[in-house]
Amino acid sequence: MSNSVSQEVAKAGTFKPRRALAEEILRHARRPFPWLIVVFTVIVAIAPNVLDDVSLRESLLLAAVYVTLASNLNLMIGYAGYVNFGNIVFFGLGGYIGVYLATTWHVNLVLSALIGGVGVSALAYLFGLGILRLRGAFFALATIGVNEAIHAFVTNFEPWGGATGIYLSMDAYEPLGGPMKGLWLCYYLIVVVMGLSLLLSYAIKTSKFGLGILAIGQNEDAAAVLGVPTPRYKAIIYSVSGFLPAVAGCLYFFKSGIIEPNGAFDLTTSIEAIVMLMLGGAGTVTGPVIGAFLYEELRSFLLFSETFSHLQLVLAGALLLVIVLFVPGGLMGWLFARVPRLRKWLQ
Amino acid sequence: MIGILASVIDGVLVGAVYGVAAMGLTLIWGVMNVINLSHGAIIVLGMFVVYFLTNATGVSPYYGIPIVLVVGFAAGVIIYWMSVNRVIGRPILMSLLATFALNMIIIGLATAAWTTSPYNVPISLPGITIQNYTFTGTHIMAAVIAGVIAGLLYLFLHYTRPGRAIRAVASNREAAELNGIPTRRVLAMAFGLGVALACVSGALISTLFPFTVLSGGAYQLKSFVVTVLGGLGNPAGALLGGIALGIVEGLATPFTPVSWTPIIEFGLFVLTLMAFPRGIFSFTRP
Repeated sequence: MSNSVSQEVAKAGTFKPRRALAEEILRHARRPFPWLIVVFTVIVAIAPNVLDDVSLRESLLLAAVYVTLASNLNLMIGYAGYVNFGNIVFFGLGGYIGVYLATTWHVNLVLSALIGGVGVSALAYLFGLGILRLRGAFFALATIGVNEAIHAFVTNFEPWGGATGIYLSMDAYEPLGGPMKGLWLCYYLIVVVMGLSLLLSYAIKTSKFGLGILAIGQNEDAAAVLGVPTPRYKAIIYSVSGFLPAVAGCLYFFKSGIIEPNGAFDLTTSIEAIVMLMLGGAGTVTGPVIGAFLYEELRSFLLFSETFSHLQLVLAGALLLVIVLFVPGGLMGWLFARVPRLRKWLQ
Repeated sequence: MIGILASVIDGVLVGAVYGVAAMGLTLIWGVMNVINLSHGAIIVLGMFVVYFLTNATGVSPYYGIPIVLVVGFAAGVIIYWMSVNRVIGRPILMSLLATFALNMIIIGLATAAWTTSPYNVPISLPGITIQNYTFTGTHIMAAVIAGVIAGLLYLFLHYTRPGRAIRAVASNREAAELNGIPTRRVLAMAFGLGVALACVSGALISTLFPFTVLSGGAYQLKSFVVTVLGGLGNPAGALLGGIALGIVEGLATPFTPVSWTPIIEFGLFVLTLMAFPRGIFSFTRP
């Protein structure tokens, strides 16, 4: 009797051999949701070109950056249940590394963006092993600290221009075929990064790794008891959540033509990403997209209205408060509760 | 050598004020497990209350401190019922976001009203000069007031009925409720008290340094470092932690540029959390 029980336990405890990658991809390709992401990304990418609308491109570009930030933040807040207040540090630091490489060393833009992403991910992994030992509120505070400390460091770091930052000259765009083409290329790349963020978010949610992360989000001690290697998983998700924002940061600041510490490590943008995430619904793949687009609309409306332009922060705060107090699931959570069948189509 | 000593003593004086700020934070954390991320904004509120009182009436800012206490307490109770009451007992994420939302609202309104240009409270007190080093009168006065406030808080928490109710709720809320303590109201009171302390520390800081609407963030970071040094939920440790941070700052100032202060503070914060998760000055809990 006890023998059979121990056999059962042993059977449950052994992991199935890892499924072949091709099979894994096929399994996902048969579902509608990843295709929805691809279609959405393509539409966003070609819309401003087809409509020949540069101002649309600018607002879509900002929205794509927001989606990238919110979606990757979702990996931490929505999946793992760790509040990363300083998530903008990935964006800013990736931007600095990438822009520095692209301007000073004339490295190819895509390559410098990737190096920025890898560098930030590696740093985040090392940092994560340390600060992820902190739980809950302590972690949240530490992430603010990471952002402030790196902000202070970069402000004092002369090779990166110190407090004045790095300005790009027009020559920087020459390898891309001039500023006009360069801006379009940056736009397409950022939209691709946005699409990849969503695919990543979906892939993690449906993978075994993601299951472990979601378990950590539900109850970390229980997850550890059930054999999830929590410290390593947390460090990995922290590091992964930094990669694409860092790449986007490089592209965004390259496109802007200037990077300086106060703009790159602006805690407000960090918080705005949290607002978008909570607005759309933390823990869902679709939520950050909806949240980011809605917030972008709201923000541009507020910026151009006479009465509210000074009160942008106040309204964002009030919005966040209302969501936290009354609709903690966000729009997607609210929608899923009303129309459960949607869960079949959307994640 | 004397210079460093003077710098350390000045650090102790300023650190006592940090201690008061951290007491507010730690009281709220200890009683209701909420980290108040609007702490910095509230400190700024205290600064501006003193600024406007001094400008309107022309009296010394120190007379304004009782008023700041009352205003802070009222603000705290309002904030509690508005945004904190509903998130108590929910995941920590929710209380963090709720108080942060509040922070954004306060900072946003303050920026719209007073812009981000620097202000300062005009005040001069005779200092004490030893050899070539002068200890500013305002620093000494602020430290004395901080000490008095810490003493009053201790007396309040240990020898009055509401104070003991706060401690009872902090140690076991269900048991307190069973003994007939209206815990919601006690929580509101504790939050009010925490906010009042933050406001007073803001008032004291405004007599020491110039300030802007945005300077709350720096003092919030300091409060967190102090709180962690003193052990979360431990008001007595907060004062010692504040003084310790003041000494560290005093030792660091002669050797490092001011813009590195946040890095030092943050490093201290993380290291303390890892090495002494219960705080260095935490005597009460094992």
